[in-house]
Amino acid sequence: MAIIDAINATLTAGWKGDAGWNLKEYEARGGYQSLKRILTGDKLTPDQVIAEVKLSVLRGRGGAGFPTGLKWSFMPKAAPVKYLVCNTDEGEPGTFKDRDLLAYDPHSVIEGMIIAGYAVGAVAGYNYIHGEIFELYERFEAALAEARAAGYLGQNILGSGFNFDLFAHHGWGAYICGEESALLESIEGKKGQPRYKPPFPASVGLYGKPTTINNTETFAAVPLVFRMGGQAYLELGKPNNGGSKLFSVSGHVNKPGNYEVPLGTPFAKLLEMAGGMRNGRKLKGVIPGGSSSPVIPADMIMDCTMDYDSIAKAGSMLGSGAVIVMDETVCMVQALERLSWFYYEESCGQCTPCREGTGWLYKIIHRIEHGEGRPEDLDLLLELGGNIAGRTICALGDAAVMPIQGMLKHFRSEFEYHIEHKKCLVPREVQKAGSTFHTRMMAGAAC
Amino acid sequence: MLSQESLSRIDREIAKYPADQKQSACMAALRIAQEEKGWLAKEAIEDVAAVLEMAPMAVYEVATFYNMYDLHPVGTYKLTVCTNLPCQLSGGVHAADYLKQKLGIDFNQTTADGKFTLKEGECMGACGDAPVVIVNNVRLKSFMTPEAIDKLLAECK
Repeated sequence: MAIIDAINATLTAGWKGDAGWNLKEYEARGGYQSLKRILTGDKLTPDQVIAEVKLSVLRGRGGAGFPTGLKWSFMPKAAPVKYLVCNTDEGEPGTFKDRDLLAYDPHSVIEGMIIAGYAVGAVAGYNYIHGEIFELYERFEAALAEARAAGYLGQNILGSGFNFDLFAHHGWGAYICGEESALLESIEGKKGQPRYKPPFPASVGLYGKPTTINNTETFAAVPLVFRMGGQAYLELGKPNNGGSKLFSVSGHVNKPGNYEVPLGTPFAKLLEMAGGMRNGRKLKGVIPGGSSSPVIPADMIMDCTMDYDSIAKAGSMLGSGAVIVMDETVCMVQALERLSWFYYEESCGQCTPCREGTGWLYKIIHRIEHGEGRPEDLDLLLELGGNIAGRTICALGDAAVMPIQGMLKHFRSEFEYHIEHKKCLVPREVQKAGSTFHTRMMAGAAC
Repeated sequence: MLSQESLSRIDREIAKYPADQKQSACMAALRIAQEEKGWLAKEAIEDVAAVLEMAPMAVYEVATFYNMYDLHPVGTYKLTVCTNLPCQLSGGVHAADYLKQKLGIDFNQTTADGKFTLKEGECMGACGDAPVVIVNNVRLKSFMTPEAIDKLLAECK
């Protein structure tokens, strides 16, 4: 699968699927021109590079939306050894954009990392790749070998005197490693348990050295910023929301997949691009930024534009751009039960409120779903959540609580129905009909 | 002991990191050891520890933390199905049900002939391709309709 559709494709312009990932194809679509301009053409200083990225208002594409140029400027200038890390541990349910970036355009990530390495003065970089997409880890290693052979990596890059090398590191099945300090622990060959912050990675990062960590899509956008110019990149999006963004649309749409649209594109337009609702069913709610972002009901999301500020105003988060679309066949209690199981399973176990609390949350939602809910359970969930969120080292505790708060805010009556009637508001057969697999299985009567 | 081939593959991983940070190659070394042995017995974990000059306990911690390491024997083909919400909305759970019926086993079980092990996995970062199945940790199969699952099972000789 490649990018399905785009409005003003910039990041994904010229992609040719599996045939177009290699160095030759990347150079043919203008690849490595930005690096050449910076190192040997215009000979920009690291400060000039950071200034241009600040001008573009490229914000972190991993979920937090932190301004990239500002993050780079936090790196201490005098430190002799600094590192750069790319976070491709893409495991937030609903997100699958970085997978396509590594599949079809790995050199854009490499070029972006070399430029970032130059800007922050890093000696080496690592790309931490989600273990479940191992075939793309191998492809990234092949792309690194191409870049090294072409003189883009290693000693004295393009004769500029700048030395920088880049390596791939794979995860092996731990959601928590998407958290940047857990990811650093993992590169160091340990359990991926998050660190206290502060100190932030820009002060004490990989191997205790100052480290900048950005998301894959953020790095991939960096060459584009220099190809277009920071101002032009900013103008692609909305003020304070520079550029375009990849949105991963999953769930009950006719064409699930990745879509590149300018930040600020109306949700309704994105839904239309994704082929509209599967089987013409009615939209019930959308989880707009990965499984940890609070759900937004149909009528509210139809008024939203897809950018950090609009989604925040609707009480949720744009996050990583993972848009999970749910139609009327979804029982929100069952949906939340499944998400809660995930956070319980993936809690790293370090902090008591999260390790114990995520299990309690799951147990309570499980008993509501299975007809054993008690009237006081909904308030208990919120109270428990309040004792988890903000009381843990990392944000996984918050991530486990936010979907619950969102569901109870917008779909509380469905939970109350469950508790009172000991069954789903949405009949089981209707829920099953929402699954294409089930429909095909029944049609084929294969089992 | 690990084979010479595995040891040289591990050496290539060690070379990616600073000379005093051999431990960083731990995850890759365990993956390589698992590929060779089929699963990670205590001996394999101790072999990795010896190569990386780590305490065996430190390697064991890593092997138990990340869920794609197998600490018990698995079938020739380990099939992992994602059932998380985005996949579920496009049939992930029903694909898993179908596999359970076809193979006659539940999650975390192995068929009597030792051929298949079924696992429930989650987020593989491929929700748009749901249902998805990963074969032996490294081969991700997309859009697993009933027909595609039948074909996959037939291909697993």
